[in-house]
Amino acid sequence: MTASTIELKVTAADRRIARYAAAAIALTLVEAALPSPLPGVKPGLANIVVLVVLARHGWRDAAWVALLRVVAGSLLLGQFLAPGFFLGLTGALASLAVLAVAVRLPGRWFGPVTASVLAAFAHIGGQLLLARVWLVPHDGVFYLAPVFAASALVFGIVNGLVVARLLRDAK
Amino acid sequence: MGRPGEFLSWLALLRPGDWATLLLAASAVALSFPLFWAGGKAERAVVRLDGRVVAEFPLSAPRRYTVTGPLGDTQIEIAPGRARVLSDPGPRQYCVQQGWLTRPNAIAICAPNHVSLSLSGRDPSHDSINY
Repeated sequence: MTASTIELKVTAADRRIARYAAAAIALTLVEAALPSPLPGVKPGLANIVVLVVLARHGWRDAAWVALLRVVAGSLLLGQFLAPGFFLGLTGALASLAVLAVAVRLPGRWFGPVTASVLAAFAHIGGQLLLARVWLVPHDGVFYLAPVFAASALVFGIVNGLVVARLLRDAK
Repeated sequence: MGRPGEFLSWLALLRPGDWATLLLAASAVALSFPLFWAGGKAERAVVRLDGRVVAEFPLSAPRRYTVTGPLGDTQIEIAPGRARVLSDPGPRQYCVQQGWLTRPNAIAICAPNHVSLSLSGRDPSHDSINY
């Protein structure tokens, strides 16, 4: 009897993505421990990792890291398939869609801060739309939109500056 | 942070286009406050006598309407986007002194003459607003 073995080839890219995803998941867990004044107002620290990957290895790798972060992070927090998971997933997909466009902006003019702010707005915009369609089918959810937009702006700038600094210091 | 030089080193990470993005994003945030917190627009004026609706007007064209209660005539004035009780035979004139009503669900009550004037918006979110 021969033992059947399934061998999965692990490429260097896989290891790299796994390492970045692990860092992003760790930041997600740290962030879950921070008290938030309002559900949805969060620093989004894991997006720092996504933006670093985007700048260094391109959109495909960034998408892997972002989605692995959402799935694995929700598993670790016991939120998998809960409303919060779908909100996070929608936010991640929306920001990845925006980042796919943002990477095409001329790098001489637009840096990580632009990418970070745009992604933060897409993140909260996607979540608000899903909340409106699915969780709270009433325009009342948009009452909080200005608060979310303001926090997206602040955290988008801070995260973007951190990304810019990490990229510069690593050079 | 703390030293000004360190703060400037953070600012040096911003590229010219980033400033444009920040400016646009900040103005979008600033604009979103009046946009989402406007609280809806008043669309119709409803006149009641003894609690029954006697007249309803869109707040689009100016017009006047007179309703006769137990004390006499109460005059309602409608203007684009607002409405008021112009005159009332009641002794204390509270509903007249309330002036123009502009927000949805605002109400002026002329209790002695059994007349009320209220504004309605697209969706009724509160029972009434009073000032």
